[in-house]
Formats: sequence, structure tokens, C-alpha cells
Amino acid sequence: MALQGTHLGMNLTVDDLDIENIAYFGHCAKHNFHLQRCDDCKLLRYPPTTACPFCTCLESTWVPVEGKGSVHSYGEVHHGIQPQFQKQTPYLILMVDLDTQKGAPTEHDALRVVANLVTPEGQLTSADQVARVGIGTRVQMVFSDLSPGLSLPQWTIDESVPQPKPWRYPE
Amino acid sequence: MTAIDLDATSPKHLADKYAIVGVGETEYMRGNGSGRTTRALGVQAIRAAMNDAGLKPGDIDGMLSYSGNDSTFSTFMAGDLGIRLNFYMDVHGGGSSTEALVGIAIGVIEAGLCKTVAIYRAMNGFSQVRIGGTGARSAAPINGDQLHARAYGWQSAGQMFAPTFMRHMHDYGTKPEQVAMVKVIHSEHASNNPKALYKKRMTVDDVLNSRMICKPLHLLDCCVETDNGNCIIVTSADRARDCKHHPVLIRSVVGRCCKPRIDMHYQHGPISTVAGHYAKDILFPNADVKPEDIDITGSYDAFTFTTMLQLEDYGFCKKGEGPTYVSDGTMRLGGKRPNNTSGGHLCEGYTHGIAMVIENVRQLRHDVDDSCPIGPDGKRQHTYDYREGGCRQVKDVELSANLGWAMPGTGSSMIMRRA
Ligand SMILES: [Zn+2]
Repeated sequence: MALQGTHLGMNLTVDDLDIENIAYFGHCAKHNFHLQRCDDCKLLRYPPTTACPFCTCLESTWVPVEGKGSVHSYGEVHHGIQPQFQKQTPYLILMVDLDTQKGAPTEHDALRVVANLVTPEGQLTSADQVARVGIGTRVQMVFSDLSPGLSLPQWTIDESVPQPKPWRYPE
Repeated sequence: MTAIDLDATSPKHLADKYAIVGVGETEYMRGNGSGRTTRALGVQAIRAAMNDAGLKPGDIDGMLSYSGNDSTFSTFMAGDLGIRLNFYMDVHGGGSSTEALVGIAIGVIEAGLCKTVAIYRAMNGFSQVRIGGTGARSAAPINGDQLHARAYGWQSAGQMFAPTFMRHMHDYGTKPEQVAMVKVIHSEHASNNPKALYKKRMTVDDVLNSRMICKPLHLLDCCVETDNGNCIIVTSADRARDCKHHPVLIRSVVGRCCKPRIDMHYQHGPISTVAGHYAKDILFPNADVKPEDIDITGSYDAFTFTTMLQLEDYGFCKKGEGPTYVSDGTMRLGGKRPNNTSGGHLCEGYTHGIAMVIENVRQLRHDVDDSCPIGPDGKRQHTYDYREGGCRQVKDVELSANLGWAMPGTGSSMIMRRA
């Protein structure tokens, strides 16, 4: 069944025909992070796709994946483009390398999942939290609930581990 | 064999067989906007290019255009100008489309579908569909695959490319003041271009003190949104000899060459590498020239960073040496290899790349439209004095390279030479 929700006042939908995204966000709604694992070559992939980008196989199985990783790169938005984000600046767009399958199938590959920096409760963070994060920061996944049946994966600082000194844009 | 191992460098017999014979544009507009439809902008640009070439409506029988649901189709342009078409196609796309469509034009002429093709881009990128993504593009509902991007405020070109730019700074120690020099140099060029919207010369401090949009991009690292129409006309080298100007020949074209995983190209690193890394292996062998042979470049400047990344990955310098290349004067008028002598998208106006091809055609004719005096033969007497308000013709230019950018993962390019 099609998914619908609102996030910061924006309308989000996933059509019923879009079975890969329906499945992906179905797991997210239960606060589970699942990715497709190819039934043939066994590689995980992101984002959800019809075929395996490594071997073209059409069959896959949704498997749980640990939502932990480190920031590979980021953008720090100070001038929002979408009206709903204009009141949220500064906010971070974090591109995170999952620990799972990092460096495979080639050394430069990783499952890179983009989301915002949020509080452990799933709210966009304040400017002082934004200033803590850069390339190398250890993060873990949390979920922002938008409506019954639709939740967005997000990143929050992993406070349970020692943090490396992150690389940040020179001030 | 994987796709990237395929040899796409076979048709060397097409080098110099086709030419760009006409170029034309409207003025570049902001403020109150163009005050006209994209239909009017396109018609004016195509007409200007026909007049530039000395061609009549009956001489044009092919038409190509590109847009992102923000323009008017070929059928209206042809109708308005009394052109009967043997071939036309309107494709979806922004940056990197121009060079790709030149390749298509060569292909359809070679295949006998038509003989002379007008390629245009007509847009109200300031007053109607904002290229920066505000307005209609922000208001559109977020559906399906877009939940992985737009839902996170990751939508505009600057936001989408920021991870590539930031990672380049991390990987190579790139400094903001080095990248800012792209704007500084392009603004110098624009000050010698009467058509340019922003003619004021800028300093590194101007760039670094402008407000932050999306780190690492300040306002002045970003191009200007404008309203404009632009056109180029492609035909065979044989027919080019009957046109008004000294022919400019097409030596090689690369069209929308991609990195792996173009659906989500960040999955395959290094993310600080862009499509030019792959495109260069088609561009230079087909043209049978090397980067060091090129006199001028037109490296797409949607942002200061895009110019730098492409110059690196096409091999004009070593990977990681882009920050030095763009800041040491190499690409300044009077330098070894000037880039975007019109001022480019950062200063002249935003056209999704076609204006950078137009500029290099005029450079290769040795007839750029600066403020130098026009002599008794009707041609400009270039002074080669590049001070503010002066000349912008590069001396004895023979070979140019245009490096078009759609996104980090997709690019097009073209080498042209003076006949
Ligand atoms: Zn597979």
C-alpha cells in the first residue's frame, strides 16, 4: 500500500508500484535498517534498486544491516533552498560510509547513506552540534517518525565510542 | 569486459568533418527578467545564429534542444522562423547537453537524416523556473527515490555536489582562497565582455566574505541565474566554406560520459573524482591531440569547484593540483591557457553550457565581441590589452576544449579547431 507522510511540512509519498522503496521504508517504520542482499553475488546495495548493480540479478533478500558508520563527506547548509528547510539552518547533509561492506567490491566502494544530523530523538540539531561533526565522525542511525508507516533514517553522533578529531571545512 | 573498458575511440574519420558555422544569443537578463516567453528567446537566438552564419530558413533542416521542463519545443521555433525540418528532437537535460547534442547532430547528418542542425537552449532561469531550485522545483512533492535525497534538504545543485567538493578539500588540502580564484579570473574576463551580466572585477576577499550558501560554497562560488536564449548551428565542413565566418571545425565530442553507478554515483569512489576521468580517454584520442596542445578551455563553472575538478580530471594538471592550476594565473587572459574568457556562468550568465561553446567559436574565429575598435574591413582590431574594459581575444588561438558538467558523475566535452 502507498506510503504517505509529512516532514517539516513537506509531503512525502511512495507509490505502491515502487515495491523496493515500499519494502525499504516498511522496515524503517519499525525502526529497522534493512538493505537488499543479492541472492546471486551476495553483495548489499543502497539505495533500493530493481537489479543488482554488481551482477544484474533480479532476486534479492532484505537483511538487517547495522546502522553505524563514519562520515565520508558532508555539506553544511546555511541558506536553505526548500522553504521548509530555511528555518532549519545551519543543517548538515551527512554522507556516511556504513561499516558493513566498506571497501567492497573495490577499495573505493562503500554503502554511502545520506541523511541529516539529528538528535538521538530524531530532531534536526542545533548549530553547536553541527560544529562538532566533520569527515571521520562516528555516527549511528536513528529514525524520525513522520506518520504511522513512514519513518526516515537519520544520523546522530555515536556517543558510545571515542570520537576521532573530525576534518572540517577551515574556518 | 565492463562498460568502462569499451573502446569508444574508433570514429577518427569524423574529426574536422563537421563545423560550427553560426552562433547567436539574446542578452543576459535578471532584474525584471526577460519579459518574454522561452519561445521568443529561442526564436531570437536561432535567428541571430542564422544571420551570423549567413544562412536562410531554407538552409536549416535539423533542430535539437535541451531543457528541464522549462522551455519551448523545436516545433514552435521552426514554425515561427519558416523552417521546414527533416529532423528534430527535444531532449531532457541541463549542463553537459550542448556537447552531447553536437555529437547527435554530427551523427544524424552523417546518417543522412538532415544536413544542417540548429541547437538551442532557451530559458527563463531567473524569472520562471529558477535554476537554483527555489520556487516550483522546491514545491514539487517528494516521491519514491527522492525520499533518499530531497527529504533531507539535499536538492539543489550546490547541495548535491557539496560532498564531492568537500571531499576534494579533505583529500588534497584544497584551500577556499585557491578555489575563489576561479571567480576572480572569470570576473576579470567578464569585465571585457560587454554582454556579461556581472562585469565587476572581484577579489578573493569578495568571494570569501560573501555569505555561506552550502559549505564549501559561498554565494560568489555559485553561478548567476539568468534569462536567455542561445543557439549554435552545426553543418558539414564542406558547407561551412560557404558560410560567412572562418570555419571552426569539430575534432571530437564526448556526450554525457558517466562514472559507475550513475543512479547514485557516490557509491563508487573516489567521490572527489568526476566524469572527466573517463571522458578524457575518448576526447583526446579522437581529436588526436593532448591536453598540452589546447590553447583555451571552457570548463563549466556552475560553481568555482566544477571548473577546477574538470581541469584536473581531464588531465590539464595532475589530480590534486587543480587548486594550483586555477590560482596561479594559467587560466587568466594572457596566461598559458585561458578558461571561460566570456566570464562564464559565474559572471556572463547561466545557459547550461552552450554560451561557453559560443565563446570558444568566436575565439577560434579570432573575432570575439569585446570593445576593441572595428577596422575598415569590418573586423575587430584586437589590442590584446587585457586590462579592465579592454580586449579578451586570445592571440593565435588554434585549439579549444569545452568541458561540460551535468553533475560529478556525468560530463560531456568537445575539442574544436580553427580551420
Ligand atoms: Zn549481485
